[in-house]
Amino acid sequence: MLALIPLLPFAGFLVNATMGRRLPKAVTGGLASAVMVLSFLLAVMQVWSLAAMPPESRQINQTLFTWITAGDFSLDLALRLDALSAVMILVITGIGSLIHIYSTAYMHEETDEAFGRFFSYLNLFCFFMLMLVLGSNVLVMFVGWEGVGLCSYLLIGFYYEKKSASDAAKKAFVVNRIGDFAFLLATLLLVVTFNSLDFTTIALAAKEMPVEVTFGTISLITLLMFIGATGKSAQIPLYVWLPDAMEGPTPVSALIHAATMVTAGVYMIGRNAVLFEHAPITLQIVAVVGAATALLAGTIGLVQNDIKRVLAYSTVSQLGYMFLAMGMGAFGAGIFHLMTHAFFKACLFLGSGAVIHALHGEQDIRKMGGLKKHIPITYWTFVIAAVAIAGVPGLAGFFSKDEILFETFLHGHQILWGVGVLTSLLTATYMFRLVHLTFHGEERFGAAAAHGHDAHGHAHQPHPSHLHDAPAPMAFALIVLAIGSVLAGYVGVPHALGGHNNLGAWLEPAFQATNCGQPVTTGELAGIALEDCLPGEEAGAEDHAALELSLMAVSSLVAFAGIGLATLLWLKRKDIPAQMATQFSGVHQLLLNKYYVDEVYDAIIVQPIKVVSQEGLWRGFDVKIVDGAVNGAGYFVSGVSIILRLLQNGSVKTYAAAIFAGAVTILAYYFWR
Amino acid sequence: MNGLPLLSIAILLPIIGSVLLLLVPNRDGSKDGLVRNLTLAISLVTFGVTLMLWAGFDPSAGAPAFQFVERHAWIPAFGIDYYVGIDGLSLMLLVLTGFLTPLALLTSWESVEKHVKEFSIFMLVLEASMLGVFSALDIFLFYIFWDFVLIPMYFLIGIWGYDQRIYAAVKFILYTMAGSVLMLVAIIGLSWVHQSVTGEYSFDLLKLYELQIPAGTQYWMFLAFTLAFIIKVPLFPFHTWLPDAHVQAPTPGSVILAGVMLKMGGYGLIRFAFPLFPEAALYFAPLLATLSVIAIVYGALVAMVQPDMKKLVAYSSVSHMGFVVLGIAAFNMQGLQGASYQMLAHGVSTGGLFCIVGMLSDRRHTRQISEFGGLKTVMPRLTAVMLILTLSSIGLPGMNGFIGEFLIMLGAFKWDPRFVVVAALGVILSAVYMLWLFQRVFYGKITNSHNADLKDLSFREWAIIGPLAAVSIGMGVVPNLFLKPMEPAIQRLVDRVQAHQPLVVEKPAATSAIVAEVAR
Repeated sequence: MLALIPLLPFAGFLVNATMGRRLPKAVTGGLASAVMVLSFLLAVMQVWSLAAMPPESRQINQTLFTWITAGDFSLDLALRLDALSAVMILVITGIGSLIHIYSTAYMHEETDEAFGRFFSYLNLFCFFMLMLVLGSNVLVMFVGWEGVGLCSYLLIGFYYEKKSASDAAKKAFVVNRIGDFAFLLATLLLVVTFNSLDFTTIALAAKEMPVEVTFGTISLITLLMFIGATGKSAQIPLYVWLPDAMEGPTPVSALIHAATMVTAGVYMIGRNAVLFEHAPITLQIVAVVGAATALLAGTIGLVQNDIKRVLAYSTVSQLGYMFLAMGMGAFGAGIFHLMTHAFFKACLFLGSGAVIHALHGEQDIRKMGGLKKHIPITYWTFVIAAVAIAGVPGLAGFFSKDEILFETFLHGHQILWGVGVLTSLLTATYMFRLVHLTFHGEERFGAAAAHGHDAHGHAHQPHPSHLHDAPAPMAFALIVLAIGSVLAGYVGVPHALGGHNNLGAWLEPAFQATNCGQPVTTGELAGIALEDCLPGEEAGAEDHAALELSLMAVSSLVAFAGIGLATLLWLKRKDIPAQMATQFSGVHQLLLNKYYVDEVYDAIIVQPIKVVSQEGLWRGFDVKIVDGAVNGAGYFVSGVSIILRLLQNGSVKTYAAAIFAGAVTILAYYFWR
Repeated sequence: MNGLPLLSIAILLPIIGSVLLLLVPNRDGSKDGLVRNLTLAISLVTFGVTLMLWAGFDPSAGAPAFQFVERHAWIPAFGIDYYVGIDGLSLMLLVLTGFLTPLALLTSWESVEKHVKEFSIFMLVLEASMLGVFSALDIFLFYIFWDFVLIPMYFLIGIWGYDQRIYAAVKFILYTMAGSVLMLVAIIGLSWVHQSVTGEYSFDLLKLYELQIPAGTQYWMFLAFTLAFIIKVPLFPFHTWLPDAHVQAPTPGSVILAGVMLKMGGYGLIRFAFPLFPEAALYFAPLLATLSVIAIVYGALVAMVQPDMKKLVAYSSVSHMGFVVLGIAAFNMQGLQGASYQMLAHGVSTGGLFCIVGMLSDRRHTRQISEFGGLKTVMPRLTAVMLILTLSSIGLPGMNGFIGEFLIMLGAFKWDPRFVVVAALGVILSAVYMLWLFQRVFYGKITNSHNADLKDLSFREWAIIGPLAAVSIGMGVVPNLFLKPMEPAIQRLVDRVQAHQPLVVEKPAATSAIVAEVAR
């Protein structure tokens, strides 16, 4: 049953990959969406039966077959559904289905071939993403981990004729591979340390080990894992691929580069929560990197002019929030934000797609404005999602972001809390800058839209000035996601507001090592889990209610301040930003050029490697030194034989002379001895 | 199964086939079609026989170590026998040889046009000698097969190769002969040691395994054997024959060279160098591992900057085969299983890559990457297959390349993690050079008008590349299908070697011991 959830999209992939080019769009798109909806329904059923189990033993396991055996190392291809992966599969299949449906309209003007290719990749992505979250051991997760990277590569490079698209695709894959290098080393260390790659087995074993106050093996393992996560989830220093990934079609940005794949790193930390809890040093690093990324990306997002790039930097920034939460050990809060973010960021991306669709490929917000009255559905859903991400009380982002900030403050990290609040201000500001420049103010799009702008790779027909709002499938997805952006937060209403943080309670067992449901077979760990099966006590939530409420007040104020600031700067007094850009042109250029990080990487890493390989290793060492020696030996032998050949010229006189000379030499030797 | 000498049949079939071909009158090339069909049929039957060997093979731990054993006295005075038999490791390499030969023959159908009969005969003789290498249990017989492989390959490169084929062929044969001559001396030396201990000459591998060889002798003999093998692998810095040989060889030659011949080096290390001289092997293992991690990174970096795609794939082989040697140097279960698996995986995926390069080169008569670009538009099917092989080559989890590399790194990590930290860089670099190649050849717009109307895969090409792509995926999903038969064989080898301690070599003392040894 469990395996069917990923296998359905895989079947969709197989059909569309082999026959997609010959099938009409209604069939390819319909099939791809149908398998996702089916997969979603199955996921709901599975989670339903999971919820019916007692909280401490919520696990559904399915072993498909023994995958790799070598000596004492043996690994199953096995899936496991627990509270954490349950949240993930609902997000993946649910939001995934919506994005598939949206895409049937959004991609409709592609050729049959491209349309089939698009949906086959999208289905394949969902398969790998589900494998990633359902895998019960590190290596099955790694299959999904690299598999989603592959699909990301294929989809970023979907418009493969564009150099920028294929460059971005390659960059994404290679940067991710740098992270995977670390992840792979972590995997090997896990085998050597725990003699297992099964998450539950590792967690149970780790639980018995002391918390590493100084840097030890677990710290190293978790740090390597986190480096892997910085690749997949676009954190410092490996975030550089994500903004470029916007070269892919917009639904891809929504599904892969906002809602699901980029959160894999956060999920991975949650999956290994016990390990990370035993490595406070790593957690510290995770928190600092997360907060720093959140702030850095927020500042860049403030000045970008491409609607999708603003959203991309916003994603990097929000992912930073999630890592901040994970670094605090507040795993539930991190996953909570992952979930709410999936709704509002998917909604924002799909909304931006609808804008781009309406404007025939235009992505530059300086050439938009005043779209509110032309595309009302897109406008309202976009604004709701923007309000949600800004952290306005009552919407999804408020609850999850607040829980993160509260946990940060509670753990005594006032500075990181401050960074978080500042980022929150930036978030509200750049989001409403985007809203104002896109939908409000004067219309600046006339010329570009009328000419059927083709920057996006779309083959749109030139169109009269009348703009179309999202067609039905797109509107459906937008509206559902907007509703989600409002309601998703209510699964985690904090105790301070009279809620029960249901999501937190649901997730809690997944972050602890319990094996109440499945007795562990490895002997030494067999008996230890019983006391863990008792429900844990509530961590004195009421004590901090007052603190939590005042922090909430602060961040609510900050959200409104950000929105107000954006309204002032980009709607009322548009002269101020322009003036600031000239007055602080250095800072402005720095931000506009993303702190020149790409250029620095190119200069200190990429170019030196290329030059050394080309001139040093290949033309220098390989051709000159090794081959020089080999050829030199060859020339030496042939040179010597040329001389020797002179002796063997077939002339009797020469031979006679040689014999005579030889005889004289020997005689001389005997005489003079 | 017991009645038929299946193993000898597998080795002899291509020989008989080549004799049959001799009888076909084809001076004017009018019977080329018949010759091609006949050759393909023979190689397919041979593949069938290797599959029958697989089916009849008992992989359980209690089964005899070597199965399908046949033994006939050959030169009794020196204890030389025709003595063949296979364990799981040999079996898998036989199947690989049987699988790749028909595919390699198919690649020649359009690219090789002159002297088709002679070409076919050389290919079949080549197959027979490779099968012999992997089956011989008499070390002298092994040497005969080992050297015999060189002859047809020399002619394949020298006659049917590209412009600089003579240089490449001569370089190839001198390099490999230099290694094998020393090995011959060591082989004779081994038999001599056997005579001095037991009183009779023997080249029986299993008897030689039991010899207690003095430390100094082990030291030199191990080096002699190993040099021959690592030239063949090829291990850095003995690799420079490979890019030339590959670039100049015709496509079928490259497929066999990369697919099977390089594996002879790895096989030799596993079967001969390590278990015959375990103490010396353990002593030299760190050196081998050092060279292999250099090869991994070096091969990848040099591959990255190649303007010729065939050379790029050739250098990538240096990198991938570095992994094989690393796994062998670790010589534990995971390392060795990984190395054996990686040999099979590399044979399939790199064989496939050479096929694709050949198909492009058949169409455009150039292999310069800069001549291509945008091929995905005109050849979507070839592009899809190329993508699969690329992913297999860069070790995407779930594909064959990953299983081997992961097990190798696991084995090496248990032995000495420092090597793995360097080796794992190969994981990053392989993605760089392969994806860059893929981007430059297949992505982008068609800028060169010669590429505008290239034909996509023909039926014959599908028949070549389809099986390779399918096996690349299959090996990644169900690796145990291949790992299980090899397990008992690998276990025995590991037990044999790990029962020993590495040589303790104190420099001056060792030298005098060797001198004493030689003097004796």
